[in-house]
Amino acid sequence: MTDAPRRTALDATHRALGATMTDFAGWDMPLRYGSERDEHVAVRTRAGLFDLSHMGEITITGPQAAELLDYALVGNIGGVTTGRARYTMICNAEGGILDDLIVYRLADQEYMVVANASNAQVVLDALIERQAGFDAAVRDDRDGYALLAVQGPESPGILKRLTDADLDGLKYYAGLPGTVAGVDALIARTGYTGEDGFELFVRPADAVALWEALSEAGKDAGLVPCGLSCRDTLRLEAGMPLYGHELTTATTPFDAGLGRVVKFEKTTNDGDFVGRAALAEAAERAETEPPRKLVGLIASGRRVPRAGYQVVAADGTVIGEVTSGAPSPTLGKPIAIAYVDAAYATPGTEGVAVDIRGTHEPYEVVALPFYKRQK
Amino acid sequence: MSNPQQLRYTEEHEWLTAAEDGVSTVGITEHAANALGDVVFVQLPEVGATITAGESCGELESTKSVSDLYAPVNGEIVEINEDVLADSSLVNSEPFEGGWLFKVKISGEPNKLLSADEYAAFIQV
Repeated sequence: MTDAPRRTALDATHRALGATMTDFAGWDMPLRYGSERDEHVAVRTRAGLFDLSHMGEITITGPQAAELLDYALVGNIGGVTTGRARYTMICNAEGGILDDLIVYRLADQEYMVVANASNAQVVLDALIERQAGFDAAVRDDRDGYALLAVQGPESPGILKRLTDADLDGLKYYAGLPGTVAGVDALIARTGYTGEDGFELFVRPADAVALWEALSEAGKDAGLVPCGLSCRDTLRLEAGMPLYGHELTTATTPFDAGLGRVVKFEKTTNDGDFVGRAALAEAAERAETEPPRKLVGLIASGRRVPRAGYQVVAADGTVIGEVTSGAPSPTLGKPIAIAYVDAAYATPGTEGVAVDIRGTHEPYEVVALPFYKRQK
Repeated sequence: MSNPQQLRYTEEHEWLTAAEDGVSTVGITEHAANALGDVVFVQLPEVGATITAGESCGELESTKSVSDLYAPVNGEIVEINEDVLADSSLVNSEPFEGGWLFKVKISGEPNKLLSADEYAAFIQV
């Protein structure tokens, strides 16, 4: 492997569109094509088209594919029916989060695990290590797929122009194989924006044709190409965690307020899985004496909190740390996600501020998410 | 993009006009505005403040980051652009015009101000 960033199958397309590119987890990815705020608003009000080919796909097959995933991941994967997907996590033996994942059950004995680009190798290595003793195969499919996402309220209408697949019957967190613009695709109703939308897993060789077909089909509906910059502000408003920020190996799912993804009872085994004992303790601790909690913060002023900035009480005591922060296009104010001491985590807690380069700027504590779409 | 010939530039990506009665107008270049992305908040020095060439005199917040605004010359602030404080997107849409930041009465300037061609060469590197 070289140090040069990897390029997706859509690299030339991005450059022709004048994208500002950025190195992201070893990939050269579009950061934005024009104004990231305009791209953000397009996804909230119309539709946006993303290249997410950096995401890491791993295929698990075999008679004990479900058993392997129930053991390797924290969720009840054996309980996912064919054609459905599940948001889950993979933890180490200490309960620390190695990555958050979406797992699609493609067939009775076939799953696709989608990992963050930055963690795909870690996830692959862990799955291979945990495979021992299971009649199941772990396949690195990172080079097997390009991933395009159409997100936003207009996305069902746009996709319907290009496919005969039953999109109305495709629920949130479901996926089915189909054909889009003549291209074989796994059509999934998933996303990371807080909007309705679809993720289309296709062969890399088909990516450009699909991108062009989607761009054309979405033109009248106001679909625009969107980069990773607006993807980050969209997920932040939607209160969705990002690995490396809200989630790390030093946090358990319970610390992150996502204990619901951990299932101590599983379909295919007696509940044994990597990290079980540590996570049972973490669950207990989160219930009885949580050290810190993940909250939302909304600015009164206009200066923007950034990851790593300290959250302080009225007397200046450090009570937490910002994990993600950005100007929110929807709220028109800076927002942040932060871990704060449990005593300050109640929405409406007075006197909470963020230390923005030496000045304590007042912030309102709110429950996540900042934004929830109207259904 | 083109950098107006009549302006002078710094390596910190500010531009300034030729002085009239000792006063120059200062902004950031289109190159800098594009690199920042959408500017969401601009903090400027106050009128009457003294600034020192090469030192931070304000900040520009964009979606992804915060950047210092560096004084291109020594001098005293005589006017700031209230329009930019109200609508920071002017820095992106009109970096050389409506997106100007402040006017400064110059008391001294460094030797390393760049011509438009020198700045164009500098940002190619």
